[in-house]
Amino acid sequence: MAIEKKKGWKELPKSDVIEGGGTAKEFKTGDWRSERPVHIPEKCVHCLTCWIYCPDSAVIVKDGKMVGFDYDYCKGCGICAHECPVKGKAIKMVSEKEAKRK
Amino acid sequence: MAKTNIAAITGNEAMAEAMRQINPDVVAAYPITPATEIVQIFASCVADGLVDTEFVPVESEHSAMSACIGASAAGGRTMTSTSSQGLALMAEMLYIAAGLRLPIVLADVNRALSSPINIHCDHSDTMMVRDSGWIQIFSENAQEAYDNMVQAVKIAETASLPVIVTTDGFIISHGMERVELIDDKEVKDFVGQKKLGHYLLNLEKPITVGALDLQDYYFEHRRQLAEAMKESKAIILDIAKEFKAKTGRSYGLFEVYNLEDAECAILAMGSTAGTTKVVVDALRAKGIKAGLLKPRVFRPFPKEEIANAIKNIKAVAVLDRSDSLNGHEGPLCAEVKAALFDKGINKGVLNYIYGLGGREIGLEDIGSVYKDLGELINGKKKDKITYLGVRE
Repeated sequence: MAIEKKKGWKELPKSDVIEGGGTAKEFKTGDWRSERPVHIPEKCVHCLTCWIYCPDSAVIVKDGKMVGFDYDYCKGCGICAHECPVKGKAIKMVSEKEAKRK
Repeated sequence: MAKTNIAAITGNEAMAEAMRQINPDVVAAYPITPATEIVQIFASCVADGLVDTEFVPVESEHSAMSACIGASAAGGRTMTSTSSQGLALMAEMLYIAAGLRLPIVLADVNRALSSPINIHCDHSDTMMVRDSGWIQIFSENAQEAYDNMVQAVKIAETASLPVIVTTDGFIISHGMERVELIDDKEVKDFVGQKKLGHYLLNLEKPITVGALDLQDYYFEHRRQLAEAMKESKAIILDIAKEFKAKTGRSYGLFEVYNLEDAECAILAMGSTAGTTKVVVDALRAKGIKAGLLKPRVFRPFPKEEIANAIKNIKAVAVLDRSDSLNGHEGPLCAEVKAALFDKGINKGVLNYIYGLGGREIGLEDIGSVYKDLGELINGKKKDKITYLGVRE
């Protein structure tokens, strides 16, 4: 992971101003996770309950079908897995360490 | 030179008149004695269609400053006014305004902070926020109040720092004096159009204002603020030069009165400096070399310049119209002592806390200070701090 070179006080724009719009997108909050949801497509009924509940809009839906998670912004809260109505669950929470090892 | 109109008006009326001529984009304010009139008069101007200002009557001073911050961040030229408890209530927002580098101008009518409740003059209110990052300019009389308001707008926008212009509560705010006003057009020319840097209403260049800084950025932003305060000194002097060219009236970081060859001198801010001038005249007539240094700009504190101005004076007294309760001396005295110390000048500075809660300070009181200084020069030991005028 590259270490970001931080600007000194002389280089920063004056005052507490951040230039440009939509800059929140650059802040990849996904790296806050300690565990991540993993989609099990075979079990998924595409009810989109996980998509409705996700507080970070991190569930990816294409053509009305749940296709996966946006791990750039998913904070691993586990609400999707908790709310999944399928018996046996179509979403499993896996520790980040384990997920990264795979 | 600009055409002059002479008016008999109070400090509050003078400040309101300046605001009318400046015609700011937004004024958001809440009333409090003795500042109420400033915005009340201005509100009449709004109602009568004499200004184009968006006037926002809010539910508290905290809301007033919050609204001013929003307006200024959006790009509007913004002004307001308050006093004492009102300034205290908006204190957190004052720090925010300065941190966001917004050029808001606030007319503060100096009034004592409670408790006990007191509506009369002392400097405790603006002293309370001396660390907020606002430039502070003290006015001796209604003329200065008017002139300072006009200059303040330009100072704020050039330095990108908010500015407080003060007057002494009731003494100046409600005292009628002869004031020379500048023509509407000349004021408009002087303040000019607000130069827009970053502003929220700029849809071409969107910005975020007031974001979070963690441990890795807060310090850098605050360092910028310190630098801006330092740089504002030169800006204040430049704008005073421009103002002099227009009106013939001179302003600096402070004013000296009979100080050049003075043996004893008083440092005092606000209307008391005016009273002191009368005492100085009387003493000089008797052959006593008395002088006065009246700080005008308290923030940024003109440390070097004041130390240089008083370095050869045999005995100096600093009059503080507020107490900072550090157990030793008032805030102005502490700054003056630090200034002298850094110059290697070990002069016995006498401190006088006076006028708290509007307690009168008259010619005799000030005369007694010069008498003390005279005795100090003659080798008599004097108290380092005196509460002048308090009943023992």
